[in-house]
Amino acid sequence: MGGRTGARTSADASTSATTSARTTVTTQQTKEQTTQPESTEIPRARPPATHGGAPGANRLAGEKLTLAYDQRTITEGLSIAVPDNSFTVVVGPNACGKSTLLRALSRMLKPAAGSVMLDGADISGLPAKKLARTLGLLPQSSIAPDGITVADLVARGRYPHQGLLRQWSKEDEQVVQASMAATGVEDLADRFVDELSGGQRQRVWIAMALAQQTPLLLLDEPTTYLDIAHQIEVLDLCASLHEEQGRTLVAVLHDLNHAARYATHLIAMREGSVVAEGAPGDIVTAQLVEDVFGMPCRVIEDPESGTPLVVPAARERTRAAGRE
Amino acid sequence: MSVIRTAGGRSVAFRPRALIAGAACVLVALVLAVLAIGSGEYPMSPADVLRTLVGQGVPADAFIVGELRLPRAVTALVSGAALALGGAIFQAVVRNPLGSPDVLGFTHGAATGALTAIVIVGGGSTALAGGALLGGILTGFLVYGLAWRRGVHGYRLVLVGIGVAAILTGVNGYLLTRAQITEAGRAVLWLTGSLNGRGWDDVLPLLGAMAVLVPVVMLGCARGLRMMEMGDDAAYALGVRVEHVRLVLLGSAVLLVSLAAAAAGPVAFVALTAPQLARRLTKSPGPNLLPSLCMGAALMVAADLAAQRAFGGHELPVGVVTGVLGGGYLVWLLATERRAGRI
Repeated sequence: MGGRTGARTSADASTSATTSARTTVTTQQTKEQTTQPESTEIPRARPPATHGGAPGANRLAGEKLTLAYDQRTITEGLSIAVPDNSFTVVVGPNACGKSTLLRALSRMLKPAAGSVMLDGADISGLPAKKLARTLGLLPQSSIAPDGITVADLVARGRYPHQGLLRQWSKEDEQVVQASMAATGVEDLADRFVDELSGGQRQRVWIAMALAQQTPLLLLDEPTTYLDIAHQIEVLDLCASLHEEQGRTLVAVLHDLNHAARYATHLIAMREGSVVAEGAPGDIVTAQLVEDVFGMPCRVIEDPESGTPLVVPAARERTRAAGRE
Repeated sequence: MSVIRTAGGRSVAFRPRALIAGAACVLVALVLAVLAIGSGEYPMSPADVLRTLVGQGVPADAFIVGELRLPRAVTALVSGAALALGGAIFQAVVRNPLGSPDVLGFTHGAATGALTAIVIVGGGSTALAGGALLGGILTGFLVYGLAWRRGVHGYRLVLVGIGVAAILTGVNGYLLTRAQITEAGRAVLWLTGSLNGRGWDDVLPLLGAMAVLVPVVMLGCARGLRMMEMGDDAAYALGVRVEHVRLVLLGSAVLLVSLAAAAAGPVAFVALTAPQLARRLTKSPGPNLLPSLCMGAALMVAADLAAQRAFGGHELPVGVVTGVLGGGYLVWLLATERRAGRI
């Protein structure tokens, strides 16, 4: 807390104490569930029953973040909260700082000022493996080692749960099986990762992140380089992970319409600050899109999902409006 | 992958094929070592060698084996193992089969140190070994420092290493021109890599370092290194302290390679080839550290035996054999990497 939040501190401290107590209980429950021999259902990272905590006491939040690479400042004084059990999507134009924000939230980038709080504690002080059991990240580019099979790659997601004398427990095996089942790659288990299609490969990486069993999962542009069918496939998978397993997801996405369709909480960023956040239906307007992306458009209702659908203005209309 | 689990919830995972490959390399290395000990101007049968090694031989054999030939064989085994382990670590850290200490300037640095000891200080074999060790370590600091920018990344390490290697080659050439003819002869023999006349004093520092560094690497860092193959971000997200692990690994690898160079000279290409050959035997992903180590020992003993025996009466320095074989391998590696579009 560091006294930065002033009057809120004592109240927050008590909430966070109860939260962490709850977390301990949850972990035990998870263990019990997973040690059942025949259980093939993927263990819930966090049963939904535990999220009835005080509103506003979100598990993951960035407070007054100033993020910079060397001399280049990306964001200044950015505060952001990830609502518990949400599928939060961050959108914004290129270089607006959304991936940088994700790096800071996952501790890959140390903030120049401000702090990232996880369950009431500053993320910078957490042991590496403990953090990796709570918060997962699917980086934009990962390298599949030469000659590795799908099952072996997914198994690597168990690393934070393992140790020198606990290299491969029955629980590890079950979680890996369940993660492959949840992402529909169990039939590929013995295939080499290099022979898979882009969409299959991305599902394998997501399976690896799932095997990590973190209640919070950050995804950095999970649909980049995929064709439209595979993009939807991956996003459907994310949505079902969120709905069925109660995981909190934070994804950076490029496609505004995908974001509006899948997000339960949308954060629109521009030049390192948050322009708007909330449910997509509440905040996505033609004005917002123009403000954030500088692109004239119309917002209509998505006939499939009822969510906002952004239709860029046609060239003729843009011209008529006096813009180029 | 096979697993052994205990009732207490402990488990150890291993790959049978990798284990068998490692054991086979150790077996080959030991058999070749026995053959090497038995060969020379005073030949002994393998049975005599074994009898002498367990203390049942005649006194004359005991002297020849214990004081003359065993130190040489042990130096070959241990320096080969150290070079191969160092090479496997470097290749895994920089994620490139070309990222071996031969290419990245560390053996050049060890050579600069040794040449300085011979040419400028004019010391004996202890000074030479100390110079090689110091040179290797200083080069390690130099390369790591130059490649550091908010963490060290594989690609930058390779580029900086190649640059440093090029500079040090020039320095080494200059040092050789400054040397007296006898010194230069000794220096060139060392530079080629030779196991001739190795005694226990040469190999003991390396053995001591291996006793510490192998557990540090295998138990402390090997599992983190496997994760780092997938990229720093992925490893970090899995809870690996990437910079910390990399620093410990590179430090260990530099020490291993420098000490091996101090004991046997900068024997070419063992560090480059052993990990690749081991990987082809085990067919498992990952850095294959232990199989590489075993393979390195076998390669070095085999090369030394070939250098002693294959050319009739002329005994060659072991570095000539590894250089010729390893050079051919390097050409093949470059060709396949190019075909795979990686360079």
